[in-house]
Amino acid sequence: MLEFVAPALNIKILLPIIIITVTALTVLLIDVFSPREKKSHLGYIALFGVFCTLISVFKLMPISVSAYNGMFLHDGFSSFISIIVCIITLLTILISINYQKIVSTINCGEYYSLLMFASLGMILMGSSGNLIMVFLAIEIMSIAIYALAGFRKENDKSIESALKYFLLGAFATGFLLYGFALIYGATGTMDIVKIGAVLKANPKIMHTPFLMCGIAMMTVGFGFKIAMVPFHMWTPDVYEGAPTPITAFMATGVKTASIAAMMRVFFIALGPLQPDWTTIMWIIAALTMLVGNIMALTQKNIKRMLAYSSIAHAGYLLIGFVAGTQLAFAGILFYLLGYAFMNLGAFGVIALLGKKEKEYTQINDFAGLGFKYPLLGISMSIFMFSMAGIPPTVGFMGKLYIFTAAIKSGFIWLAIIGVVNSVISLNYYLRVFVVMYFKEADKEISFPTPSPAIVVALLIAASGVLLMGILPSDFWEMAQEATLM
Amino acid sequence: MNQLNFPIISLITFFPVFCSLILMMLDKDRKELLRVTALVFSVIEFMISLPLLAYFNSGTPQMQFVEHVPWVESIGMSYFMGIDGISLWIIMLTTFLTPICILSSWSYIQKYVKEYMVCLLVLETAMLGALVSLDLILFYIFWELMLIPMYMLIGVWGGPRRIYAAVKFFIYTAAGSVFMLLAIIFLFYYNHKINGIYTFNLLELYTLNIPISIQFWLCSAFFLSFAIKVPMFPLHTWLPDAHVEAPTAGSVILAGVLLKMGTYGFLRFAMPLFPYATHQYVPIIATLSVIGIIYGAMVAMVQTDIKKLVAYSSVSHLGYVMLGIFALNMQGIEGGLYQMLNHGISTGALFLIVGMLYERRHTRQISDFGGIAKVMPVFATFFMIATLSSIAVPGTNGFVGEIMILIGAFRSYPVFAVIAVAGAILGAMYMLWMYQRVMFCSLDKPENQNLKDLNMREIITLLPLAALVFIMGFFPGLFLRKMDVSVEHFLDHYNSRYESYVIMQKDLSSQGPETFMKKQIKNSFQKEIKNKGE
Repeated sequence: MLEFVAPALNIKILLPIIIITVTALTVLLIDVFSPREKKSHLGYIALFGVFCTLISVFKLMPISVSAYNGMFLHDGFSSFISIIVCIITLLTILISINYQKIVSTINCGEYYSLLMFASLGMILMGSSGNLIMVFLAIEIMSIAIYALAGFRKENDKSIESALKYFLLGAFATGFLLYGFALIYGATGTMDIVKIGAVLKANPKIMHTPFLMCGIAMMTVGFGFKIAMVPFHMWTPDVYEGAPTPITAFMATGVKTASIAAMMRVFFIALGPLQPDWTTIMWIIAALTMLVGNIMALTQKNIKRMLAYSSIAHAGYLLIGFVAGTQLAFAGILFYLLGYAFMNLGAFGVIALLGKKEKEYTQINDFAGLGFKYPLLGISMSIFMFSMAGIPPTVGFMGKLYIFTAAIKSGFIWLAIIGVVNSVISLNYYLRVFVVMYFKEADKEISFPTPSPAIVVALLIAASGVLLMGILPSDFWEMAQEATLM
Repeated sequence: MNQLNFPIISLITFFPVFCSLILMMLDKDRKELLRVTALVFSVIEFMISLPLLAYFNSGTPQMQFVEHVPWVESIGMSYFMGIDGISLWIIMLTTFLTPICILSSWSYIQKYVKEYMVCLLVLETAMLGALVSLDLILFYIFWELMLIPMYMLIGVWGGPRRIYAAVKFFIYTAAGSVFMLLAIIFLFYYNHKINGIYTFNLLELYTLNIPISIQFWLCSAFFLSFAIKVPMFPLHTWLPDAHVEAPTAGSVILAGVLLKMGTYGFLRFAMPLFPYATHQYVPIIATLSVIGIIYGAMVAMVQTDIKKLVAYSSVSHLGYVMLGIFALNMQGIEGGLYQMLNHGISTGALFLIVGMLYERRHTRQISDFGGIAKVMPVFATFFMIATLSSIAVPGTNGFVGEIMILIGAFRSYPVFAVIAVAGAILGAMYMLWMYQRVMFCSLDKPENQNLKDLNMREIITLLPLAALVFIMGFFPGLFLRKMDVSVEHFLDHYNSRYESYVIMQKDLSSQGPETFMKKQIKNSFQKEIKNKGE
């Protein structure tokens, strides 16, 4: 007679995940029962759900456990990632509530529900302790986003964007999975912590072609998700075509979650191999920054420009990867949070402009905007200056921390390449500012009166950028505590 | 705490920003109200900066009115501000020039008056902040913050090629300063490695011993950043563009204070932090300064645009300042500091004058004028005073500064001083020639025959500057007295640090590099023990 012992389930730590899943399903359900014209409340329900998730993450923050046979890790790191993801989702929903006036196809339950499933995947990516979990989480996130990218159903570019993202994404996930399989073959375990232990115990495995091949394939898979060179080709097209709030969501959320999963895998599972992959990362980081910034210089469409800029920002984050110290981890986390604010803010401004079925995405469309709508102009300037790394914004503080970490670890040349790149990037961020303030408007830009939701979103983003830039102390300490994996 | 038991520096630094917030709330169509409010605020700002002068203790080289509050403790950033004799007068100059700038733009600026005033006030805060910061990161933040409002001033209210000029200005200065940021971070880590504490505190970093090879690179990064700001030949090309395109007030602030940030940065940061490397750099800097003096003067001579002429004369004058500072003796540095003030006043006045002409005639070509003195006698007087001050005629402020710089330069590098004197002659040539072509000759152009002389507002704008030209020319002691002790201390510090490096260098060559490092570590241990003992 087999004795079956039910495993002790630690339900409590799953609370954020449960809340977000239940809300996502509820939104779907309510959607069915609401009349076609009256669906604007769906966004607010989603908002409420994500807000509750955020609160539960905060409540559970002090707990640090490994649950479900090491599948699910709940620690400071995962909490910090969950907080960033929740903030990103909150802001995206706020932006979407206004955006649905311009693009009416997103005004439905699926949209918000998919958004929340995607963020569920992101939260899981930050908390997974097993390669299988990493894979599942990535799939949950990606599939939702493939669909979301094509949500402007009447628009060819949006469909193209969704298809491109899906095909390439599926391919990249294949690589990722293959890489995982090879790593499993080499080490005999899928558990992230155990892989590290096995590698440490058997240095002989460390340089087998088997494992090397696995790491390379896995890097391709992750590299696709964070848009690092040379796996960045999809970024501009997908970002341009996707609905603007979703572009913002992809640029910030996917990047945050993928970097989080990458950090766990590379530093814990592949920690013993750090000297080997650091060199590769060094080259990739430098290339990513250079390609992103140089390509962005010539863009005329602001969404494409921000797509290249997001590639460049992936490069800055990779500097932290190369540095590979506690300080660098905290720097990466701090930067991710700051990047979420500034990038969502910038896309929020873009999403705000435009009227029925027509968006203003050419940089020249912004001419004269600065003086006509002072608050909009000021907030866009804050976001642009922050991305360019001009004090007193979070962009500056984040770069300061990451470059500091790089210099401390002795990667002075990489830091020099980094600052040279921020000078290059000044050119195109300033161009937005130049057009907004220095050029006269040649045509009328009009947009529907913004709903309070987006005003709140922009306020949160702008104050986040300034607060983290002027008083970074508390955020920095939080990020430092979160890195004690 | 400081002698006033009151955070006066913070008040002075942030009062303009606070005012700009109030301005933002006013109605943008009530232009007169906006102008008056901005003027009143800037005058109040000048008033509250006066106690600095009154309570400044000229007997001590220590930082005064110090405020020191931790800011980001985990990496040793602090809100650390203070003033000494080196920065005191430049701060006064800044608060003094801002109301003048606002007055000068009274009728010139007609569009976006509100935004314009806000920019000027924010710029004032940034400049003051950079001048009083004693924490490297705090300084860097203000340093970068200066760029944005200036960029706006040039880009929005500037001339036809304003966008080109604004972007060039921004990219040049930002490119220089990011390398300084790297050097700051490196310095920070090096200090941690040697002394075991995280700090960006400038005064603590002054005492850090940096190996010569590293010092050279760090010094280069700082020098590059400041040299672009000054601007030194051959990094000066942004300046004529920026000056020509900027509105009058922008030019006045740019020439009056912003350029001084570069020379101030050399004195406050680069030179005392890296004395050995600075010493190695002296011949290069002196050569470039002299080239700047002669080149600036010669290019100024052939300009057809008055404003461009004044802009190139700035390059020449700043060459003098650098020459004086790098003479590294009492007269040279004090002369350099004095010339910084002079240049702010005389070139500021010249830009105002050019602006007034431009407002009347909408041209700045020298050939469009002639015989203006007949129709505008009051204007001619002020123009003459500014011109004489600029070419350093005895009795004006320019003379005092230039003569001190030349004395200092003669003591350190006579050859350069001789060449620099030639620059003074060239200066007289191009200024007087320009004055002659504009103000005298025959009044043959019909457009010029009905020009109105200065109105009351314009006279009030120019009068304080003209008065200062003579006050500073006749009573230089009044100003120099407050600098003396600080400059002396600066030199003592610099020389003693330099000598200790020379001794270390000797040890290094005789004992090999390891002993050098060991010695440093030993020194730092001893320091720590001493600190604990206290």
